[in-house]
Order: sequence, then C-alpha cells, then structure tokens
Amino acid sequence: MIDTLALAITLPLLGALAAVARPRAARAIGLITALVTTAGVAALVIEVAQFGLRRTDLGGWGAPLGIALQADGLAAALLAMTNLVALAVSLYASDYFGDGPIRRHFWPLWLLLWAALNGLFLAADLFNIYVALELVGLAAVALAALTGTREALTASLRYLLASLLGAITYLLGVALLYAAHGTLDLGQLANAIAEGPVAWTALVLMTGGLSIKAALWPMHFWLPPAHGNAPAPVSAALSALVVKAAFYLVLRLWFGLYDTAATLAAAHFLGFLGAGAVLWGSWQALRAERLKRMAAYSTVAQMGYLFLFFPLLAAAEPGAAREDLLAALVLFALSHGFAKAALFLAAGHIQQCAGHDRIAELSGTAQRLPATTFVIALASVTLIGLPPSGAFTAKWLLLSGAIAAGQWWGVLVVLAGTLLAAAYSFRLLGRAFGFEPTPYRCITAVHTEVPALALALTATLGLGLAGDALWTLLQVGGPR
Amino acid sequence: MITALLYTAAGLLLFCLGLWSFLMHRPLLRKLIALNVMGSGVFLVFVALAYRGPEGAPDPVPHALVLTGIVVAVSATALALALGRRLEEAERD
Repeated sequence: MIDTLALAITLPLLGALAAVARPRAARAIGLITALVTTAGVAALVIEVAQFGLRRTDLGGWGAPLGIALQADGLAAALLAMTNLVALAVSLYASDYFGDGPIRRHFWPLWLLLWAALNGLFLAADLFNIYVALELVGLAAVALAALTGTREALTASLRYLLASLLGAITYLLGVALLYAAHGTLDLGQLANAIAEGPVAWTALVLMTGGLSIKAALWPMHFWLPPAHGNAPAPVSAALSALVVKAAFYLVLRLWFGLYDTAATLAAAHFLGFLGAGAVLWGSWQALRAERLKRMAAYSTVAQMGYLFLFFPLLAAAEPGAAREDLLAALVLFALSHGFAKAALFLAAGHIQQCAGHDRIAELSGTAQRLPATTFVIALASVTLIGLPPSGAFTAKWLLLSGAIAAGQWWGVLVVLAGTLLAAAYSFRLLGRAFGFEPTPYRCITAVHTEVPALALALTATLGLGLAGDALWTLLQVGGPR
Repeated sequence: MITALLYTAAGLLLFCLGLWSFLMHRPLLRKLIALNVMGSGVFLVFVALAYRGPEGAPDPVPHALVLTGIVVAVSATALALALGRRLEEAERD
C-alpha cells in the first residue's frame, strides 16, 4: 500500500530537486508536481475522513527513537486548505513570472516551501516540528527576497532574523521538555506532561517563539514589509499559509499537549495580544496607501482574531460548546487562508496591469478588470465576516461564546475590528470604480484571474455553506 | 549530576547573553553572532541532558538533535550572510 503521509512530503521535495536539475523545464515540473501533490493530499484527507487517524513510523522505527508522521482531523483540514491554496498559487505563478531568473529560482523554493509545510502539519514529534519550521522559514525568506530590490532584501533580512529568533526560542522549550520527560513524541508527551515549573517554562518559550513566527501583535513588525514587498504569489503563500503554520503549532501545544484549564491567565494574555492585533492591524490597514500593505496589515488583524478564541477555549468545559469553538477557530483560519490568498493574487494582477498598487490611483479598475475586482469584493466579504462566508459562522460562534462567558471586552473588540475591516474594504472597492465604460469581457487573463476567483469563491461560498464537513473531520483524534 | 546541572546552567546563560546581544545591537553580523551564541546555548543544554553519569553511556537522541540543529544553524547563517551581501551591493548602486 502506498503511504500517502510520506507522499505528501516526498512529492513536492522530488519536484523541487527536479526543478533545480532542469531549470529550463522548471515551470512544467512545478505544475505537474502541484497537481500530483494536491491529488495525493486529497487522497490522504479522504482516508482520514473515512478511516480516522493515520500514523506511520518512518523506516519502521517507532517513537521515542524514530520519526513518526501523523494526520488527525485538524492536520487534515489545514493540509486540505494549504494544498488547495498552493495549487491555485502554482497555476497563477505559471503565468505571473515571465522568462527570467526569477522564474528559475521561484519553482524549487516554492516546492520546497510546500514540502516543508506538509511536513509541518504531519509532524508528530517536537523536534521534527522544529526542523519543518526552520525549513518553512528559510524557504519563505528566500522567496520573499526573490525580486532582489533593496526594500525586499531589507524586509527579508528582518524576517529571517525574527524567524530565527523564534525558532531558537522554541528549540530551548523543546530541550526543557525532553529533559523532563525523555520523549519528543506528541502523543507520549501529552500523557506524561505534569504541571510544574519546567513544563510552564517550556510552554512559555515555545509559545513565545511561535508567536513571533505567527506575527502576533506586537511581534508582527516583520510581516507588513516582508509580505508587502514579495512577488504576489509569494505574498499570497506567506500570508495565507506560512503564518497559519506557526499558529497551528500554538494550537497543538495549547490544546493538544497541555491541559489548558490551568493556563487561563496565560490564555487571557494571548487573547489580550490578539485584541491588540485586531485593533492595531485593522487601523493600519485602513491607513495603508498601497494595496499589498493593506492586505498585509489585514493579515496581522486576522491572526489576532484567532488568538481571541484562546481565553474562551481555555475557560470552556469539555463538551459540544467547546468543540464548536474549536471548529469555529479552524474555520476562521481556513476562510482567512483562502480569502487572503485570493486578495493577494488579485492585488498582484492589478499591480501588473496598472504598474502600481497605490489605492488612491486605482480608479477604473472595476471596469478594466471586472473579475479581479469581483475577487477583491468576495475576499472582503470573508475578511469582514459577512454571510454566507465561513468567517461569518466563525465570528458568530466567537461572539456568542464571548457573550456566554461574559467577556464583554472580546465582543467589543470583534465589533470594532469588523467595522474597521468593512471600512478598509469599502475604501478599496470605492476607489476601484471610475467613469469609464464597462467592457464586454469579464475575465481578462485566465491564468491569473481564475485561480484567484476559485479561492475567493471557496472562502465565501464553499466554507460558508459546506462548513459542517469540518465539524465531522475535526472529530478525528483532534485536540482534547 | 552536579556536572550536568552546571553545563545546563551555562547553556541557559549563553542563551540569555545571546538574546541580550541580539536585541541590543543593530549591525547584522553582531545579530548573527548573537543568534549563533543562543544556538550554542541550546545545544549545550541538549548535550548536558544526554549525560548519564560517569559509568552510563550518554543518551544518543540529544546528540542527534544537536547535529541536526547545527546543520540548520549553518544554513540559516549562510542565507543571512548572502542576503546581507546582496543588500550591501544593492545599497552601493
């Protein structure tokens, strides 16, 4: 039987090697790899949904010595989102980069990033997670620097230093946990972990390191320049996938590894930082002069919403209400992934057609690029959290959870953030209309507009109307 | 046991010194060296953990982790240096 867990990592890795060996055929290799990898991961997600938890010990070496890969419902949900977004980004990138050195460098790095992301979601031990985290970071930094301009290089260097600091802090936490329990396997650790100074120090170190990588306010300083100056397909992947990967690990640590009932104060602290991210990120997005900057600050804000769930989850008793909150959190992350990728892809197309992305000078975009403007509108529906998007369901559950728990500050933050998101989205859409006549054609560039449209539709309609599939999927061996 | 504790404490001290230096200094090279000092601190903690007294053979797992960690640290430093050089070239033009 073919091991789909290993395939999810090996396929993009092989593609990356092939793209290095044959740079002339890099685009074809990249596209084929993208299709095959997505098909393989689709098979894996179906297996998880049908048969439950999938686990494999590489080389037949079991924990604690060997390296295990594991896919539960949570991992499967994020893998599905990651691979669909990555497929759309690959299709978009096949047309975005003309002939030139950037295209030759893009494909190997991009496939390497893809392999590392899949590896990170499937990793079942803390050290394997560290290696995947560093691979994701290195590939992402190199991709962000692709254009080679001074701004991009400065931003990438800052991103790299922040990312290394985060990873090394995380690693110290791993060392402490290994010292205390003599194993790195997530399952074994979850049973062994006892409350005490070592466990808490390790949790603080690992969460601190990961929240730098997840760009949690006020450690988001590296994100807007890095995401704003990267080429559009790269920005889409960075904002939709890479920060989510770090967040996924925080989620695993807090609700898979540790018993969170005793961490209520710490969860409130994370929620407080999340509230800061929502307000500050949305405000900066409203003030941004460039479209990609706006999208990057909006990512900071949307990551904040994810952390707003933490105090509610930590306070909730195990049961249906808590499972609803957890599913809402994942639904929010997935919706944002699809919507933000779509927004960045649309922004890249506008930048290519208009030669700039200054919001004040986008007049007439709606008439010249109707499909792209539609993508921005659809993505905005998710970013604001309007029905029928998945983000609406998630925000609704977040709000009712906050009201039920009596956390009024959380309710106020969500409402203010939603209003600000509406303001920055409508400011952008309002600028896009001009007095020019509307052309007959809706889609002007198939390769770039159709993937973005597909992503935006998935975020708004797909996850909004078929979100209950996620509830079933998350039942599979999910976090406690 | 005291030996292992001493080495662990030294590793933690190195980590803190590196962190301080990373946060306080602006030049890229200093930041990179500081990160490597932090890394060495973490590796020292790992190596100290592997110690099982004068008779017992040391635990091989932390050693394997340190080897992997060194490879990652070298690659990351190389990427940072390459980016720094490109940035310097871009600023000269």
